[in-house]
Amino acid sequence: MSGPPEVAEAAEPRAEAEAEAAARPVGAVPGPGTSTGPGPGPDRGRGDAGGPHCAGRGEGGEPDGPEWGELVAAALLGGERRRPPGGSSRALLDAAAAETVRRRAGARPAAPRRRPGPAPQDARTPLPTAAEQRLATLLAERVGGGTGHPGAVAGRRGAGPDLGELLPQWLAEANRQGYRAPADLLPALLDAARARTDLRAETLAFAGPRALWLARHNPDWRFALRDGVRRRVPGAGEDPGAAERVWQEGLFAERVAVLSSLRRHRPEAGLALLASTWQTERAEDRLMFLDSLRQGLGEADEPFLERALADRSRTVRATAAELLAALPGSALAARMAERARACVAPDRVRGGGIVVEAPHECDAGMQRDGVIPKPPTGRGERAWWLVQLVEASPLHVWCERLEGRAPEQIVALPVADGWRDDLHAAWCGAAVRQRNAAWARALIGEPIEPFAEGPRDPAKLLSVLPEEERGAWAARFIASHGLSEAFRILGVCAVPWSLPLGRAVVDALEIARDAGSYPWSFSGVMGLAERCLDPSDAERLAPLAAVPDAREEESPGAGAYWAESFQRLVSTLRLRGTMLAELSGGG
Amino acid sequence: MPADDATLRAEGEGAGAETGMSGEGSSGAGTPAPAQSRSRTEAAHRRAAQRAARISAGTEELEQRLADLLRGGLAGAEQAGYALWEEIAARMVDSQAPGLAARVRELGSVAGSGEGWPERLLAECALLHLLARAWEGRDTLPRPLAETVRTRVGLTVETSELLADGDALIRDEWLVLAQRDTEEGRLTARRIWLYGRGTGRSAMLLSFAAGGRAPEPALPVGAALDADVAYYPGGSPLRVALGERHGAPMPGFPPAGGSIPEALETYAHALHGDPWLEGWPYVLRDVVPIPPPEGGASATGPAQPRPRTATGWQLASAGADVALPLAPGTSPRALWKLLAMSADGPLTVFGECGHHGFTPHTAWLGSRPVTL
Repeated sequence: MSGPPEVAEAAEPRAEAEAEAAARPVGAVPGPGTSTGPGPGPDRGRGDAGGPHCAGRGEGGEPDGPEWGELVAAALLGGERRRPPGGSSRALLDAAAAETVRRRAGARPAAPRRRPGPAPQDARTPLPTAAEQRLATLLAERVGGGTGHPGAVAGRRGAGPDLGELLPQWLAEANRQGYRAPADLLPALLDAARARTDLRAETLAFAGPRALWLARHNPDWRFALRDGVRRRVPGAGEDPGAAERVWQEGLFAERVAVLSSLRRHRPEAGLALLASTWQTERAEDRLMFLDSLRQGLGEADEPFLERALADRSRTVRATAAELLAALPGSALAARMAERARACVAPDRVRGGGIVVEAPHECDAGMQRDGVIPKPPTGRGERAWWLVQLVEASPLHVWCERLEGRAPEQIVALPVADGWRDDLHAAWCGAAVRQRNAAWARALIGEPIEPFAEGPRDPAKLLSVLPEEERGAWAARFIASHGLSEAFRILGVCAVPWSLPLGRAVVDALEIARDAGSYPWSFSGVMGLAERCLDPSDAERLAPLAAVPDAREEESPGAGAYWAESFQRLVSTLRLRGTMLAELSGGG
Repeated sequence: MPADDATLRAEGEGAGAETGMSGEGSSGAGTPAPAQSRSRTEAAHRRAAQRAARISAGTEELEQRLADLLRGGLAGAEQAGYALWEEIAARMVDSQAPGLAARVRELGSVAGSGEGWPERLLAECALLHLLARAWEGRDTLPRPLAETVRTRVGLTVETSELLADGDALIRDEWLVLAQRDTEEGRLTARRIWLYGRGTGRSAMLLSFAAGGRAPEPALPVGAALDADVAYYPGGSPLRVALGERHGAPMPGFPPAGGSIPEALETYAHALHGDPWLEGWPYVLRDVVPIPPPEGGASATGPAQPRPRTATGWQLASAGADVALPLAPGTSPRALWKLLAMSADGPLTVFGECGHHGFTPHTAWLGSRPVTL
């Protein structure tokens, strides 16, 4: 392969080399004797600035032949047009050969450019060797892309363990135990964090401060400076001037990082920083910065957010309104509550129910408060406005408006004229937005009812509940409905799954198998199970991995497929067990 | 980028299609009768002479073509494109000089290959010319250099023949410095670089496999191997044939390594024995990688213009004011790994030091070797 002769060519300005009239006076050349291996002589001057790397010309020695630049110029032009140095093409080639070898042999070191600053120390414990090798395998597997992702209806994936599902757990456990990432795997970790946003926080935490140092040199990894900045960016308790400086002079990602960091520890300082330059920021930057205020959102932010409701950009206005609505004590929340109260009332005529009178218009005030006037296709505009009003109103309004009832009583009330679904959907949105567990619990109800009917999104509501409650609810749901609709619900449950939840999933899989279903209908859940089941469940599952005798009522061949799926599940769980043992140093 | 691969690839291709080459080196099962054996030797000599004559015809033609090219000017070669070189390469194949053919084919990718291509093309044409001339005058060359010329033209030496010479065997504790597989046409080539603890010599094992199989042997990087090797003949011998192994690989030893000026000097010395060398293996001690000033544009992919010395990556001495450019063909993966590893301090790095710069293969994290 003939790449550029990096070393040699640096000695000659290329512009000259390519120019026809490149002939320069024949320089003084070290004699051919130097080809016996002249090292870089300590007393020879360095070449031009910029780090040339080759024995330069004109440094003393005897004249020998034409200069390299002259040879190149003559070769480009051709002997037909001008007599080459030495008189013939052969002579030209002879000279060029000697010169090429001479230049290669005479190459000298370049001047180093500025070295990167020192990397920060990482004082965490080095990984046990076995765990280090395991991580390298898991990361390599990720690059190989051999992972069947949850949700993808994969066909057969063989009986081997699914390594892609193991990386998240490996990282969580390594972080829990406080291990340091091996330096050589930092690039692969950054790539993994870049590719999988779901793993980003965990991966960057493990990669540690040296990864941020590394990321500064590669634009592909800039995201880490924003997301993984907790440890680096000035902010928490450090010199406030430093944060100010980064805010004034930094790149966008660094500025977002500073803002997020400050918001985490001193929200009011972050707000002050943002307010100081708000007027001069571009609209898309304003949106990103405003989004950072979610972190540490509090009443002190209200005046600023109120002003942002008048922003030139529609998306900025909408975000400001959304943030204000999440502050139950805000003026916006009060205004929205006022509007919503006018729409929803106890049913005094029939008694014991709710009547709804959806808004008839979306006035300027509503629009200023973030209500979007135009409904999505297929939705009535009055219902659309109603839902937005109710979603943005503090939930406590309803207990008071509906005669002091508790959330579960309110949810049970009949709603007149077919408004129930819209109203309940809006309450669900409000419960999620305001992270209100009491309302979420009331709205999600008992998992006995099939939820396909009705407006609720149980997965979202579930995410508002405490972890144990989530697992218990999911287990009951699966016990009564099986796995076909369980995927998203399982996705929000804490890992590893609690014992009852794990049991419920395995039982449901067994039932599905016995019912003659094909296992690939459950590949998403299987993938989750590989990641989320407690490793100690492996032995309980082992009998299911045996190939059963074919029975008449089941789909042909399904038994073998099921056995294979269970085998993979068992081997993945066992591997997870091994992996955890490696991390505890027990190998 | 593997050094000197043109010649070696030629051999690989030969290995892929063993037939049609020469009858050099005897083979044959059983024990032939003396008379039969003599006539076989004679036949082999005859075939070798025939082949040499064909190669000579090839080098003459090559010289003619190069002279024509230079008369018309290299600028014309840019327009002619690959076809010109493919045609000459085909003629070299006809002349049974696969080494020359491979070199010629490489030239097709140099013309018009970006800034500075004329001088790269001139350099490669000149070295090709030098090889052709050296072949013509091989009888007057010192024997090791003549062997280098034979190898580079494309004549092969039988491994079994090398290992049969007991005096040529060198037993040492060979540290496995690196192992690298490259796809070369239809073949996978594996290079394993070794360093002899007792002899202090560098060595390289080269093997090929076709059809997607992995070449043999595979040796664990970082391990040491007590084994006999025999160097292939040449002016700067590096390639070895692996003979008897005395026991399984054992834990290796950290290579001592040297400085950047010493690396360049070692390459220069090697060029003295073999002027066609692209690089020479070397272990650098106490070096740090320096990324390009803003953002590593050179590391985003091979499609980018080749980084110049001034803007590309460097490997610099931790203590002294000297550096080497990292070779343009170094993969981004390797570059970032190097930089990441330097977070813990200066590194020991094994690679090839050549006129493209330094091609890193292995770096050590403490006593653990990491393949780049």
